[in-house]
Amino acid sequence: MKIHIRGGRLIDPKNGIDRVQDVYIAAGKIVGIGEAPLGYTANRIIDATELVVCPGLVDLSARLREPGFEYMATLESEMEAAIAGGVTSLACPPDTDPPLDEPGLVEMLKFRAKTLNRARVYPIGALTQSLQGARLTEMAELRDSGCVAFSQADAPLTDHQVLFLAMQYASTFDIPVWLRPQDPALARNGVAHDGQVATRLGLPPIPVCAETAALSIILLLAHETGARVHLCRISSAEGLEMISRAKGQGLPITCDIAIHHVHLSEMDIGYFDPNCRVLPPFRSERDREALRRALAEGTVDAVCSDHTPVDEDAKQLPFSEAEPGTTGLELLLPLTLKWASESGVPLPIALSRITSDAARVLAIDAGHLSIGSPADVCIFDPAGYWKVTPAALKSQGKNTPFIGYEVCGKVSYTIIDGQVVYEAATASSRR
Amino acid sequence: MWLDPKNPQLNHNGELHHLLSLDGLPASILWQILDTAKSFAGVTEREVKKVPLLRGKAVFNLFFEPSTRTRTTFEIAAKRLSADVINLAINISSQTKGETVLDTVANLAAMQADMFIVRHAASGAPYLIAKHVAPEIHVVNAGDGRHAHPTQGLLDMFTIRHYKHDFTQLRVAIVGDILHSRVARSQIQALSSLGCPEIRVIAPKTLLPSNVESLGVRVYHEMREGLKDVDVVMMLRLQNERMQGALLASAQEFFKYYGLTEDKLELAKPDAIVLHPGPMNRGVEIDSSVADGQQSVILPQVTFGIAIRMAVMSILAGN
Repeated sequence: MKIHIRGGRLIDPKNGIDRVQDVYIAAGKIVGIGEAPLGYTANRIIDATELVVCPGLVDLSARLREPGFEYMATLESEMEAAIAGGVTSLACPPDTDPPLDEPGLVEMLKFRAKTLNRARVYPIGALTQSLQGARLTEMAELRDSGCVAFSQADAPLTDHQVLFLAMQYASTFDIPVWLRPQDPALARNGVAHDGQVATRLGLPPIPVCAETAALSIILLLAHETGARVHLCRISSAEGLEMISRAKGQGLPITCDIAIHHVHLSEMDIGYFDPNCRVLPPFRSERDREALRRALAEGTVDAVCSDHTPVDEDAKQLPFSEAEPGTTGLELLLPLTLKWASESGVPLPIALSRITSDAARVLAIDAGHLSIGSPADVCIFDPAGYWKVTPAALKSQGKNTPFIGYEVCGKVSYTIIDGQVVYEAATASSRR
Repeated sequence: MWLDPKNPQLNHNGELHHLLSLDGLPASILWQILDTAKSFAGVTEREVKKVPLLRGKAVFNLFFEPSTRTRTTFEIAAKRLSADVINLAINISSQTKGETVLDTVANLAAMQADMFIVRHAASGAPYLIAKHVAPEIHVVNAGDGRHAHPTQGLLDMFTIRHYKHDFTQLRVAIVGDILHSRVARSQIQALSSLGCPEIRVIAPKTLLPSNVESLGVRVYHEMREGLKDVDVVMMLRLQNERMQGALLASAQEFFKYYGLTEDKLELAKPDAIVLHPGPMNRGVEIDSSVADGQQSVILPQVTFGIAIRMAVMSILAGN
């Protein structure tokens, strides 16, 4: 299949390209930028006039809920959501049931994902067996089966010696360790940021020091072991401060934040909105501002959806009993664009946080449109408005605090390996 | 009329539709409840203690957490309004069978309930129920987690008004476990709405929520200092399980530093009144001589509680 993408605004952050230029695809690869290779005849021409053509998005955290939580979502439904959101590569955390702690499980997941012929799936393996924080998994074996990193997801790891050894072991094989810093004891029973709103609503709090205390241990151990550490879902200004300092001292760490934290704060909990029950919790306005700044400046390497589809029954509960998480694969692009336009961040920088920078964190060859690279492309209408409604979302999870929002940025086409895997059914309304 | 579209307690006319919290309620509604309760206070002293305002209505006492006092006063109040009262202790029936809160409520609504009186261990549960019931059903929060206990807050205001008449000249101290107390939150919100100029909270740091000042209170860790010249002392119950963890060292030490004794009460104004939402832990947060003393209004609180609950239910049924 030869596809000629004509007349679009090509934004390829990694290659420093931002201009109207045609893209030529053949045999699953990018074969030409600006001009067609000799003797090229397209089978299909996509008119991308007034559209943005960029690398397919790379999402650092998307729960596909398989195996074990098929009542919340299935691989089929979530992979449809991914391509509808322009996401062509995604990393999935190990907190499935059973957790991704055995090569067989990882191979099965990769195989199931591959047969669906949708987004590329990069499993994050469990750092400890059953995520119980006691015994290490076979990290080298799991890597050979396809795991790109190891993590505890949201499961606690209370034993610092286990953490120390896990980091040492991982660094033996130069395998990255992904950790969401949260001290389990300081966060015990907590469901909301320890601030004004939790105080007023009487919600058990998760203090900022739950994040910073865990971070300080992780940073010390990273320094000690030389492990490559990626810090997931940072939520506080103080946490960012520590990461910024550690990076300044040359520690090989990266970090991400979730896109919903860029837009919402504790105030959005309103009257106990269970869709605002997320991990880590929405923090203060001040924290939110710090996150937005750090994302623009690059202290935060990438922003992810932290896609967590939850069924209606598990959300329609009192706030503290509701299952945490928010659906987000289809909102990653529009919410990143919203942040960029509100903060005056140039589009190429904004897009790099969900393409090339995320690929750099994952250490995969994706997130750019260099000649010869796999043709994973997202084509979107930057002026296409759409309303976030349960019906508009392909994901089986409709749990998002952004229901009712009018967002800008509608994916028109998603191309993976040179195949058009998604094509918007109806043109969005342009303004 | 001003109406907060996001305030789920008010109907489109700005009238009370559910009573979920005192937070965000206009002062006019608080006064309306207090005034109405005053008119009901007389009913309880009559020989025939009944008025027909809720005749034919079904009031469901939906208690997901055990309670004797609150449930009983709601029941008495509903019966004095001539309602049919159905008591359900959910914690020992459906919940253990795995039924969700909303399923339980939907089933009861199908039995033609007009009003739900809800107590739940999780903050915000009554909001969830209010959001999902049919529009003609009213929900009253009878205590949810650490969040709110609005009728307790209101009956405390009724008590203060009864003895002190005017809120705008008062100094009020709330003492004890503020962190876990839904009563304290409702008291603070009611006092601020009614114009009380000085609300103090007295507790060790482990029993205060962070940012407690954002509720509009002054913080004291030293009880003798905090009680100086106050008109009203509101004691809170310290639950026994708080002694198990690391929040406090011992009941003895707590009583020594934060228990209300006669000599500490002497620091307050001579005509200061002492309130307690009950049940009391004598010798832990309050000394018996104070609880049973001249300045204690703890038993009148219970009596006023019936009038307040009658007022709330009759206002809701009328809106």
